Amino acid sequence: MPETLAEPTDRSAVRSLLRLWPYVRPVRARWFAAAFVAVLASCLGLVIPLILKWMVDGPVADRDPGGVWLGALYLLLLGLVEAGLFGLRRWLVARPLAGVEASLRADLYRHLQRLPVAFHDRWPSGQLLSRGTTDLMLLRMFLAFPLTFLLVNATTILVGFVILFAQQWTLGLVLLAPAVPLMVLCSLFETKYSLVARKAQDQVGDLTTVVEESVLGIRIVKGFGRNRSQAQAFRALAQRLRGTELHKARLLAWIWALITVIPELAIGAALVLGTIEVADGGLSAGTLVAFLSTALALRWPVESIGFLLAMSQESATAADRYFEVMDVAEEPSTAKDGTRDGAPDGAPDDASDGARDGAKDGARAGGDAEAGLVFDGVEFRYPDAAPGSVPVLARIDLRVRPGETMALVGATGSGKTTLTALVPRLHDLTGGRILLDGEDIADLERSRLRELVSVAFEEPTLFSATVGENVLMGAEGAGEEELRRALSVAQADFVDDLPHGVDTQVGEQGLSLSGGQRQRLALARAVVGRPRFLILDDPLSALDVHTEALVEAALRRVLEGTTALVVAHRPSTVMLADRVALLSGGRISAVGTHQELLRTHTEYAWLMSGAQSPRSADGRTAVATAEEGSTR
Amino acid sequence: MTSTTADGPALADDDLPGGEPGTPSDAAAPDSFDKDDLPTPPGATWALLMSLLGPLRARVVVASLLLVVQQAAVQAGPLLVAYAIDRGVPAFRDHDYGPLIAVGAGYAVCAVGAGLLQYAFIKAAARINQDVLLDLRGRIFRHAQVLSVDFHERYTSGRLISRSTTDVESLRELLSEGLQELLGVVLSFVSISLMLLWLDLGIGAIAVASFGPLYVLVRIYQRRAGKAYSGRSTAIAAVIVKFAETMNGIRPVQAFRRERANDADFAELNHRHERRNGDALLEMARYVVGSRLVANTAVAGMVLWGAYRVASGTLELGVLAAAVLYLRRLYDPIDRLAMFLNSYQSAAASLEKIAGLLAQVPTVPEPVAPKALPAPSGGLPGREVRFEEVGFAYRTGGEVLPRFDLTLPAGQTVAVVGSTGAGKSTLAKLLARFYDPTDGRVLLDGTDLRDLPTPELRRGVVMVTQEAFLFSGTIAENIAIGRPDATPEEIEHAAKAIGAHDFISGLPDGYDTDVRKRGGRISAGQRQLVAFARALLADPAVLILDEATSSLDIPGERAVQQAMDTVLHGRTAVVVAHRLSTVEIADRVLVMEHGRIVEDGTPSDLVAGTGRFAGLHRAWRESLA
Repeated sequence: MPETLAEPTDRSAVRSLLRLWPYVRPVRARWFAAAFVAVLASCLGLVIPLILKWMVDGPVADRDPGGVWLGALYLLLLGLVEAGLFGLRRWLVARPLAGVEASLRADLYRHLQRLPVAFHDRWPSGQLLSRGTTDLMLLRMFLAFPLTFLLVNATTILVGFVILFAQQWTLGLVLLAPAVPLMVLCSLFETKYSLVARKAQDQVGDLTTVVEESVLGIRIVKGFGRNRSQAQAFRALAQRLRGTELHKARLLAWIWALITVIPELAIGAALVLGTIEVADGGLSAGTLVAFLSTALALRWPVESIGFLLAMSQESATAADRYFEVMDVAEEPSTAKDGTRDGAPDGAPDDASDGARDGAKDGARAGGDAEAGLVFDGVEFRYPDAAPGSVPVLARIDLRVRPGETMALVGATGSGKTTLTALVPRLHDLTGGRILLDGEDIADLERSRLRELVSVAFEEPTLFSATVGENVLMGAEGAGEEELRRALSVAQADFVDDLPHGVDTQVGEQGLSLSGGQRQRLALARAVVGRPRFLILDDPLSALDVHTEALVEAALRRVLEGTTALVVAHRPSTVMLADRVALLSGGRISAVGTHQELLRTHTEYAWLMSGAQSPRSADGRTAVATAEEGSTR
Repeated sequence: MTSTTADGPALADDDLPGGEPGTPSDAAAPDSFDKDDLPTPPGATWALLMSLLGPLRARVVVASLLLVVQQAAVQAGPLLVAYAIDRGVPAFRDHDYGPLIAVGAGYAVCAVGAGLLQYAFIKAAARINQDVLLDLRGRIFRHAQVLSVDFHERYTSGRLISRSTTDVESLRELLSEGLQELLGVVLSFVSISLMLLWLDLGIGAIAVASFGPLYVLVRIYQRRAGKAYSGRSTAIAAVIVKFAETMNGIRPVQAFRRERANDADFAELNHRHERRNGDALLEMARYVVGSRLVANTAVAGMVLWGAYRVASGTLELGVLAAAVLYLRRLYDPIDRLAMFLNSYQSAAASLEKIAGLLAQVPTVPEPVAPKALPAPSGGLPGREVRFEEVGFAYRTGGEVLPRFDLTLPAGQTVAVVGSTGAGKSTLAKLLARFYDPTDGRVLLDGTDLRDLPTPELRRGVVMVTQEAFLFSGTIAENIAIGRPDATPEEIEHAAKAIGAHDFISGLPDGYDTDVRKRGGRISAGQRQLVAFARALLADPAVLILDEATSSLDIPGERAVQQAMDTVLHGRTAVVVAHRLSTVEIADRVLVMEHGRIVEDGTPSDLVAGTGRFAGLHRAWRESLA
């Protein structure tokens, strides 16, 4: 998945990096000042050989110790200024660039929080995290170094060669000769290197996946004794990575060898020619010393151009990765301003199925009949589903009356969870509408909608916060009393046995709780705000029979005044509900009480008791018979 | 002679991302084991490093020699300049071209030699680095696999993953960039100082004297930067935790309208990191200014001394020129030294954490003298299980099983029920040898589980747990974990038997569907079906199901039970469940409470009785009414 996400097709590095400008703008004054200081410092370094030349040809040649003192003083002054400028440059940009990094990160976080759940389903959080950390650090470094030094080095090289040519143009030419091939070689190398580096990165990713899975699936690996095959798979990947890394090293070794040899040869040639000219008297000894010294000073700026370009390239990739996510449109707050032109046949007219328990009649009658939770011709297909494929949900018509609790029953994979996710608009409908007390959820502000509807998810997620904070997340402004009530509804009395009671830290950074405990806290979170609408996705699955009965009794009281939709797998959960809706083949195929449906609907009877399943027909044990008897 | 390249080597900045902790685990946590500091025995870190490098000793020596010779070739340049000026020029005037030709040839040889040696060294060093990393990665991986399940239950997966990724990465950075750098820096300091001393005692003395203040600066920097960097690591770790948690829990975040509150929390954490980040960068700036001041002052001093001596006729001009050229190389690496210190500090911390992990002793070791299981008796594939005087206590406290005896005859299906925390799962894990008992022994057909090597053990006992994790790869591959050499037909057969075939063939690519690409859409129940198919394929003598049907709906559960009745017929099965519906296929029920088996009998006997199971069963029936 990651490979397909980040592969840039046709882009310009410059254009990618230019997109950073809005973030750099606030600190542009300091950045430009720092760049100017860097150019200044760099050029100052080029003056030093000139002072040396002056000393060698002047006071030294004239045997004038006093003049030597003056030269040394100049050198010292220049050195002090240079040191000061280096510091000044770093000081100028240190905090501002840390600020740029932080504001990029804050924007990313803010944006990601507001992207649709469908987006997060597609993108592993690790991918997002690496954008928020590594990529942003790379961008900060890019602003601090490559960007500045591409400018600085270009200036330095220019000034340096002007100085060299001014002193002795023939020698200058000898030194200039390797500069161009060197830069070409470096940038050639970078193209090759970045390909291999990319490959290595991907292989590290693969290796990490194996590590992650072998840790997360340790019970399976151990349970089936697959340690050896896992280790083999790991070894194979690690070996492959080693091969790629060695390839990287080979390329690196080559380029470093060339970088060492080519300029040295040029300097050697300049030395021989220069010595001849000194001997001929065409050149002063001081000039030769200054010349060689300048040449040495220019080595790094020339060599580094390739690396700076590579880093820029890498930064451009980082910028692409960052903006790739930032460019995903946030959902409009109400769906109506979005594109929902495709709402087809919102009111299908075939009356053949038995599902129309007043949903549409209610919707049409208006007024009071619209109260409650109404699904009207709801259709949903995942955004990434192939066009023309069968929708996950089609023509869902269902009405949950105010104060009523409706159980949603359906076979594994029938789309129950998907349907519940539509109500708080974690996914947006692709057709039809959902009404809350007559109001289309598409017209409601998202935040308002989510205030009205409270959810407990199948997978109970707790955040790194105290137990109390986790529960109170469900209600703004709720207090201690509300918290206690919610905890008691969820039978979460275990909280009092935790080290710090409701102030115990839980989640990733705290105490790890069992599945049943987490589920009860998630349930408490859903009910703490006494929401008008409540959606519970199999809320009791991890509880033992005893606790389940207690929670149910308490929950029933809460549900009295709440319009609720409860996904149920088992008769015990269905017991919470006044009526049951059966989801089958992507539509509601029956609505009625548990008893009615058990009697009249074979699929329901099968789901709830396995009545039609061949296995249970023979009722082999006393227990099986007892169960079937009781559910009829 | 100062260097215009002062900022150059520091190009990579002071904070390569690898130095950052990559996972939430590095931040502070309350509990003792939860704190990310496994006790590292004294000297373990060093011993680990030595054991990694030990086998490569010869190659390390060769690489170091390469670098020494390479440095010699590089440092020869200025000497040739001195020779050219002092000997070449006069000789040339006398029409003696020999010295100059020698200089030219010498320079070319040194240049080419330095390049070739550079090439050889980088390759040699890379091989060493990669072999060390390969070794270390393998060790962490294998060790993590060998460590027992109770370790994994306490040491979170995030930490383990960060050990084998971020921590290895920071070591990689030290090895591939830092160490090379350090060797280069030290060698050039030493060789240039020696050269300067040899050229002129006074110049050399000034150079050596400047090392004093530089050393002090480095130490101060090391101390202050250490503080700044650890502050920054903590700050970024907090940012990462918040970030990852939000993205992983995006459903509740959005459903409970946490976006604004999260923005505010994140802004605070982000701002704290920004401050620390700035602090660290400024620390670097201070160091650069300080070291540069010392260096430039020393250079001015040396030039003064040299020029004075040439002026007074006691030193040759060429020697001064050479000294000047050496000087500009002398102080180049001081910025790099600071970078090395940074990567060294983070790598040392990482290595210590890794050493702590590797020092963990597996509590469920492989047998020293492995035994094989006897051939199954009585024609049935099942085997007899006996708990003999078995007692178990977690090292950290918690669920405890007081001593008990229990025999499960071959072929029996036993249901274990009881409330959460009664010890059901512990019993199952003892049988699967995820834990070893504190007292007594668990016997499979009379053989102690501790004497069975892993492959033999897993032909005997297989456990299916509640968390149905899918590995990346296809559905078929996931099922084949049960038996890697299974044919596609066998895989499909297993899936059909468990009732998973229908949903699998409904997936876009059927059995070849990549679970990671569509993983989000495979429901918890469907994943459990895959897990069952896997167990079915493994065809063990003893099958343990630990809450393995909790996410299945009733038909799914029926299908599983039916499959167990037919496909697994004759095998010994232990079914741990909090749902009584599972019990119906059992020949025998064990009711557990506070770690003890309080009731034991056939389901019908227990239902008819007045015990706890009868009560539970009644409550359950009422819930169905």
